[in-house]
Amino acid sequence: MTDDELIWRIAGGSGDGIDSTSQNFAKALMRSGLDIFTHRHYPSRIRGGHTYVEIRAAGHEVQSRGDGYNFLLALGDSFARNPKEEAVYGDEEIKPLSENLDELREGGVIVYDSGLLEEDDVAELDLDERAEENDWHVFPINLRGMAKEHGREVMRNTAGVGVTAALLEMDLEHIENLMTDAMSGDVLEANLSILRDAYKMAQEEYEFEHDVRAPTGEHDEEQVLVSGSNAIAYGAIDEGCRFIAGYPMTPWTDVFTIMTQNLPKMGGISEQVEDEIAAAALAVGASHAGAKAMSGSSGGGFALMSEPLGLAEMTETPLVLVESMRAGPSTGMPTKPEQADLEHVLYTSQGDSQRVVFAPGNIEEAYDQTRMAFHVAYEYQIPTILIYDQKLSGENKNVDESFFDREPNPTLGSTLTEEELKEAAHEASGKFMRFQSDPDETENGVSPRSLPGQKGGRYLASGNEHWPSGHIAEDPDNRVLQMDRRKRKIESIRRELDEEHDSQQTYFGDEDADLGIITWGSQQGTVEEAVERLNDNGHSVKGIGVSDMMPFPEGEMTEFLESVDEALVVEMNASAQFRGLLQKELGRYGPKLTSMLKYNGNPFEPGEIVEGFEIRLGGDSAEPTAQVRFEPAAGD
Amino acid sequence: MSAFNAIGEEREIDRDEFTPGNEPQPTWCPGCGDFGVLKALKQALPEVGRNPEEVLTVTGIGCSGKLNSYLDSYGFHTIHGRSLPVARAAKLANPELEVVAAGGDGDGYGIGGNHLIHTARENHDMTYIVFNNEVFGLTKGQTSPTSPKGHKSKTQPSGSAKTPIRPLSQSLNAGAGYIARTAAVNPNQAKEIIKEAIEYDGFAHIDFLTQCPTWNKDAKQYVPYIDIQESDDYEHDTTDREEAARMMFETENKLYEGEVLTGRYYVDDESPSYQAEKTALGEMPDEPLVERYFDDDYEWERSYDLLERHK
Repeated sequence: MTDDELIWRIAGGSGDGIDSTSQNFAKALMRSGLDIFTHRHYPSRIRGGHTYVEIRAAGHEVQSRGDGYNFLLALGDSFARNPKEEAVYGDEEIKPLSENLDELREGGVIVYDSGLLEEDDVAELDLDERAEENDWHVFPINLRGMAKEHGREVMRNTAGVGVTAALLEMDLEHIENLMTDAMSGDVLEANLSILRDAYKMAQEEYEFEHDVRAPTGEHDEEQVLVSGSNAIAYGAIDEGCRFIAGYPMTPWTDVFTIMTQNLPKMGGISEQVEDEIAAAALAVGASHAGAKAMSGSSGGGFALMSEPLGLAEMTETPLVLVESMRAGPSTGMPTKPEQADLEHVLYTSQGDSQRVVFAPGNIEEAYDQTRMAFHVAYEYQIPTILIYDQKLSGENKNVDESFFDREPNPTLGSTLTEEELKEAAHEASGKFMRFQSDPDETENGVSPRSLPGQKGGRYLASGNEHWPSGHIAEDPDNRVLQMDRRKRKIESIRRELDEEHDSQQTYFGDEDADLGIITWGSQQGTVEEAVERLNDNGHSVKGIGVSDMMPFPEGEMTEFLESVDEALVVEMNASAQFRGLLQKELGRYGPKLTSMLKYNGNPFEPGEIVEGFEIRLGGDSAEPTAQVRFEPAAGD
Repeated sequence: MSAFNAIGEEREIDRDEFTPGNEPQPTWCPGCGDFGVLKALKQALPEVGRNPEEVLTVTGIGCSGKLNSYLDSYGFHTIHGRSLPVARAAKLANPELEVVAAGGDGDGYGIGGNHLIHTARENHDMTYIVFNNEVFGLTKGQTSPTSPKGHKSKTQPSGSAKTPIRPLSQSLNAGAGYIARTAAVNPNQAKEIIKEAIEYDGFAHIDFLTQCPTWNKDAKQYVPYIDIQESDDYEHDTTDREEAARMMFETENKLYEGEVLTGRYYVDDESPSYQAEKTALGEMPDEPLVERYFDDDYEWERSYDLLERHK
């Protein structure tokens, strides 16, 4: 646990403006020169219920939410009462305070809204006693009253931010500037005055005995605050994607919304349609006609996409799908992260179906791998899936603006122009051989396509097995040739990834270590931080965040597994799905692998992984925390 | 110069161009009504000046799904019930294509029923031909959504207890702009209806009665067909929604009473197509989206341009 960082948690009811307030505050901290990482926790309801956002801000690079937090702004849940205060919905009102105390660090600061939380309720929490034990500094402040004085009760968020800034000894300027950017007129004036009053009041009335302060840095104008969903949408836009079809489902909706808000302005098309079968089928139709297209969903909606996914594969229509995982089965926990759709995404759809699956490990990778997913889909005429989760989808991180300063790539891959069609493989009758299967002509498995409306390229695309011309065929020799050709694509993609690109896997830690930690997807940053900490603590550990799920990076993983005696496989699910994939591909290393699993709806914290490593591989005999489960190595 | 030179090419088009050379001959049973659709479509397309390379036919699964195997244009033989979303998107991506979707009564009214409602209500500019033989053909004779009440089959051995679907009334309610019924036994009308549908700027739904000589020998090919446009008894204003609704209700009842009425029921000559609505909202590109990928001079916007609000 490092002290040169602030982890500010704002808690309240959904609908109380927690999200927008935290987004602005995160930007203000970024503008003051700090590295930012945000984490969002919310219930599956629109208004009320316990929700919080954490902002981790430090003078050094941050890759995860960190362990616990050190500043709590508990606003109370204003939706716990109905507007006329006729009914109270259970104990919701106090939750922003009561639900959050367990993770508050020693020496931490609590600001709670004494205008919204009843004194009796607070007394029941034994707050004084616990504060003394943990050296917490508690500031009960009537934020609601202060906001009311300025005319609008909802502005208690702003009052809370003002108090926070004073207690952390921050410069107000960045927050004021952000408000000026976002609002105008009376609303702006009211917010600014309440912000300044709250700031002044806290400065004047309280003694600051706590040690928590906002770290300081230089304002770096090159920083932008982006979410995983932003990164995916931006990767798609830069790769020339101008068609998206979707159906709303949390957490995929974020990508869908960002794309929809931008595409029409860029001459693109967005369609919200009747269901996910239609959504993926639309993406197939648009791509068939020559647009760069995508669709996506979360687990339940992706289940419906299994049909069009197979159709895209058989007709060799380029298709990019994104799958934002949340806890299942069925509707599961709609707003909680989990990594339990890996097998679903790898194997769904009938037949010897094959697709490409990438799992980005952080926001930069989400951008890069979205671009790669489009590149692969259009060059190889194969469906590609980007699998990520609610955590990566909703978290924000600061990134150098220059990271996005890349050339667009609006090419349609293996698609012929009319000129090229004149030269393309034709049979004597003049018919274009869309699905040319001669192994000499199609070494990498790809047979270039034409587009409807082009002269000289007409063909039938069929979800049935077909002749090179596209017409339906059940001929055994043709079947084998076509199947082998489609299979060759996966091998060629693996070859291209290995030979022409830097690895999509991320390595960290001590290269010479004999012990390793393996993870995939959104847990990568957390594991990276854990490995760093373990090495600081005197262990020797190396880590890898794996992004290529299919085709599997056999060479790289063999090398990694050969180099360690034992490895911990960290993932957010109950059935060790990624470890299952490792054992399917490289079964001989099974005895080296121990799984560390978490599936309670919250992502790992780095400290949990440090502890888990020490218990399983580091010789520590302590019991693991209750929220984590180990699954021993094969034969253990 | 366009990257799609087949589109809008003006020349004399021979209907044989739509017949594939050495490609498979239809595998439909002798006497199948599906031949009637194929023939009518092959006649109609050249007559409205469409050449095979600017036409995209999108089909589902079933006997009807093989239509584009025997019609030489650009074709997409999709999966059961999903022809409409595929077709819709192809048309959005390249509105200059002539998109014709086709499927059977199981494909279009059963498994794909939801897509039909939504495609109709959005009034996409395309033609949809449903081969309605009141039975599942390719899976060997099961009861379909249009099979009459009491229809006996291996999957409804005691006779169907279900009321048949009223596809045209349903499409009218949903918002389709052009609605007609025709029949394979009435080839001249079939061709004319298809021509009108193709030229119609909006969603044209044709319920095409196709007899199934193998699984539905009771089908209505032997009962009298009355062309409502030709008969004084059935006059109605096809642009009047209420009259059309009444007419359709009447004919959809009669469909199972031994008298079959065919013809054009409804033409909405006022409502804009979906593409036009979307264009008015500023949500469609000015030129076909697909053309842009071939335009070397096009300035592609980048995500970099969007970063201001993330600072």
